[in-house]
Amino acid sequence: MVQERQTYGLIRRKGAWSWLDVRGRRLGAWAFALNRLTGLGLVLYLVIHLLVLSLLTQGESRWNDFIALAKSPAFLFLDVVLFFGLLFHGLNGIRVALVGMGLGVERHKTLFWVLMTIGAVLLLLSAWKVFSSPAT
Amino acid sequence: MAEQTVQFKVFRYKQGERPSYQTYTVRVDPRTTVLRALEQIRQEQDGTLAFRHSCFHASCGTCGMKVNGQEVLACVTNVLELGTPVVVVEPLDNAPLITDLVVDMGDFYARYQPAGMPMIRESEFLPDSQVPEGVEHHMRLENCIECGLCLSACPVAGSDPLYLGPAALAAAWRMVEEPRGRDPATVLAWVDHEHGCWRCHAAFECSEVCPSNVDPAGAIMALRRELTRRKIGQLFGRR
Ligand code: HEM
Ligand code: SF4
Ligand code: SF4
Ligand code: FES
Repeated sequence: MVQERQTYGLIRRKGAWSWLDVRGRRLGAWAFALNRLTGLGLVLYLVIHLLVLSLLTQGESRWNDFIALAKSPAFLFLDVVLFFGLLFHGLNGIRVALVGMGLGVERHKTLFWVLMTIGAVLLLLSAWKVFSSPAT
Repeated sequence: MAEQTVQFKVFRYKQGERPSYQTYTVRVDPRTTVLRALEQIRQEQDGTLAFRHSCFHASCGTCGMKVNGQEVLACVTNVLELGTPVVVVEPLDNAPLITDLVVDMGDFYARYQPAGMPMIRESEFLPDSQVPEGVEHHMRLENCIECGLCLSACPVAGSDPLYLGPAALAAAWRMVEEPRGRDPATVLAWVDHEHGCWRCHAAFECSEVCPSNVDPAGAIMALRRELTRRKIGQLFGRR
């Protein structure tokens, strides 16, 4: 396919950085970068979550200590960050899946904003729920 | 017309040397394009500055480069409309650098061949068309001008050197969409793998930067739809 040619010393290829380097890029690239970050963030969360659950095997007091920490406002804020990650990744994922099957390709930006509006509403609701739940 | 001075920070590279940026001060008027400014630099300040161009009107696709981080055709990019006091000019990403702003497009062009070369297919003549004397056939020009902007902008091409890339996939889709007596199956097989149309993550950057409305991202999704349709058909015993 490719004829033999001289190989040059330099090629400007950003590698994995090109996924995240959104300077000068537009909606699609931002969505892709954020989807990747939130996807990896969710995996990280899953691991942490399982580690935390394993505290249950170490007796009641370790667990209760953790629950006390988990009710601090800073920790509750992290819950909202988690909801953001889930909502963005999940809703954008629906768009990527649809578009990837050839559905709604011309409307992918509209689709993005519609899903994000739904996401914003759900995020506000979940933040309200997180912070207003009785701290029992 | 009001002239203004603008700084051009230009990527420089000669083989065997370290790449660097060199800044030139250029007087521009409201009509100066980036390509004209580069010519001005070459003529008046630095004869060693290398860049490529031909048509000056967005049809040959040779002047693709990055201006302020965006892939553009330099010949139709107005300097003052950029609105920055310093204009950063760099070669396209994801292609081997030859020198300064010139990249090797060999691999990029070669990928049009397995795609069926839709842009240089011979065109049928309309029955009543007037053909100049001596012309037996002519090549049909498709809209892709082979500028490579899409490949440079694509975040996936940035990490996967084997990725066929938006332009070649768009060409493949043209062939599948309008096979003109050829068998689209070979082209579909050529794109049906992890470095083909399935590699794309629908970032749509290619379609955003394309100066010629080719919409490679749309074409890639169309290829996937077609492949999915055929595979599902096969599952149910149809070919
Ligand atoms: C809520 C429903 C979810 C949907 C609809 C969804 C959808 C998707 C889609 C469509 C992709 C491919 C993106 C692309 O091609 O660029 C993707 C990638 C990914 N997802 Fe999800 N996902 C969901 C939940 C999750 C969860 C809970 C996790 C983590 C535990 C996760 C982790 C990842 C990772 C690591 C990737 C790869 C990142 C990438 O390729 O950019 N996803 N997801
Ligand atoms: S849509 Fe696909 S081919 Fe186009 S820039 Fe995005 S990842 Fe690359
Ligand atoms: S698809 Fe568009 S951006 Fe890509 S090479 Fe063709 S004309 Fe240039
Ligand atoms: S010089 Fe031909 S496209 Fe710019």
